[in-house]
Amino acid sequence: MSTTIPTFSGYGLGLRKEHYRDFLEGDVPVDFVEVISENFMVDGGQPRDILRRIREKHPVVLHGVSMSIGSSDGLDRAYLLRLRALADEIQPLFVSDHLSWSRVAGFSSHDLLPVPYTGEALDMVCRNIEMAQDALGRPMLFENPSSYVAFEGAEMAEWEFIGAMAKRTGCGLLLDVNNVHVTAHNHGFDAHAFLHGIPAAHVRQIHLAGHTEGPGLLIDTHDQPVCDDVWSLYATARSLLGDVATMIERDDAIPPLAELLDELAIARAIGQRDELHRVAA
Amino acid sequence: MKLAALQDQFRQWLVTGDEAGTEAFGASARPGLQVYQNNYRVQLMGCLEVSYPLLRRFIGEDAFREAAITHIDAHPPRGWTLDHYGADFGDTLRALHPRNPDLEELAWIEWMLGEAFVAADTLPATPEALASVDWDHANLVLAPSVRVRRAVTNADDVWMALRDGEAAAESEWLAAPEGLLVWRRDHMARLRRTDAVESAALLALGNDPGFGSLCETLVALLGEEAGVQRAGQLLADWLGTGVVLGVTDA
Repeated sequence: MSTTIPTFSGYGLGLRKEHYRDFLEGDVPVDFVEVISENFMVDGGQPRDILRRIREKHPVVLHGVSMSIGSSDGLDRAYLLRLRALADEIQPLFVSDHLSWSRVAGFSSHDLLPVPYTGEALDMVCRNIEMAQDALGRPMLFENPSSYVAFEGAEMAEWEFIGAMAKRTGCGLLLDVNNVHVTAHNHGFDAHAFLHGIPAAHVRQIHLAGHTEGPGLLIDTHDQPVCDDVWSLYATARSLLGDVATMIERDDAIPPLAELLDELAIARAIGQRDELHRVAA
Repeated sequence: MKLAALQDQFRQWLVTGDEAGTEAFGASARPGLQVYQNNYRVQLMGCLEVSYPLLRRFIGEDAFREAAITHIDAHPPRGWTLDHYGADFGDTLRALHPRNPDLEELAWIEWMLGEAFVAADTLPATPEALASVDWDHANLVLAPSVRVRRAVTNADDVWMALRDGEAAAESEWLAAPEGLLVWRRDHMARLRRTDAVESAALLALGNDPGFGSLCETLVALLGEEAGVQRAGQLLADWLGTGVVLGVTDA
């Protein structure tokens, strides 16, 4: 099944509270912003007011961290209702979450835990995606997470799992290039095989972020600038995917807005170079 | 291994840190599992630090950390939003420091101010809406952000001193129990101490919103004339400050 999610070209930033004032009072040169959905799934108050005002200036992506699409327990209906209400009000560019799980048996880890790449898990994830998309009344994007554990007994590669998931459910894909780099390093596979293996026609958005080098593993910390290896991988992704909405995602050690805009300018330059190559070809 | 069993074993690993349950994941998984265990605990610790910054400053880093670790071990998160984690941190403080009710009251203040900050938006009552009320058959509508409790210490003074960056305030027992009131007006969450009568009135309103019942409560506490007079004063204050949003027919 192909995805029905319209494409969008442009460059954006993850909106964090340190930059609310810049976005509310200034004219920040971005094509869209992305917010963490759960931060705004509240009854009222200043957060919702700020989001409404920023929505008047920019398209907004709702990016969730708590749907737990890989949960063997199914999905939390109360969560879906709150997300639906927020999406209906904000009319987002995309609604996204992660190919991961966080909740089981009344416990919620609040971390993006890895899904085993098995047929059983694929069936479960696809059922959950169909339930989520029905509840929200719109197709979603799902992001490849960073992973630190590869389960024994995997029946397929991560990109094969993602491809099957997208084709069966019609969902879109949010390609996190940093996560590809981190997971490829941690599990010893070729990041380019991942990029070539996912269904390009389903990719609607790209995340770029930084990571930290831990003992033997790369850790997806989002507290660093994008590194050269990830920029290089992004250039490859652009050559394979074309003009896909791209953004910088920083969640910790938030720098002044100007620094993030400088990073976004690098992404723009890579994208423009890719467009020139396409025209020349 | 079936998905449900795998996820249950992963949950047990995160909550208990017991490596015995992770053998099924294979030896090669050990370093990665440590990353997830660390992420889980660091995130919950960070959540408590963000929710209780003034309490943390008041009791100091070591005592806060000890309380947070105790809480995390005993209270795995259950809700879909991390914003709800730590709602019962006051219970942990009460268990750890039974002779220091100021800590639990300070935690209550910080938590309730946070809840009020994102409570449902409301509109204040208009004078026209109040002009023709039959007060004998009227219900008062409290703002959804209103939170009330009994207080035995001056935790509100401590909170304000910490907020304003003043030298560490001393906790004191109150001469007699009073109350704490948290609510939000516009985008500003507010806190004030209430005397014992207002505290009783607000707690009574939570059970019975009738203005007549409120008057009866106050008459029982203060006598006929003073009780009715105080009911009028409180109503005017609550309407003026947004604690009460309006009136409906009973």
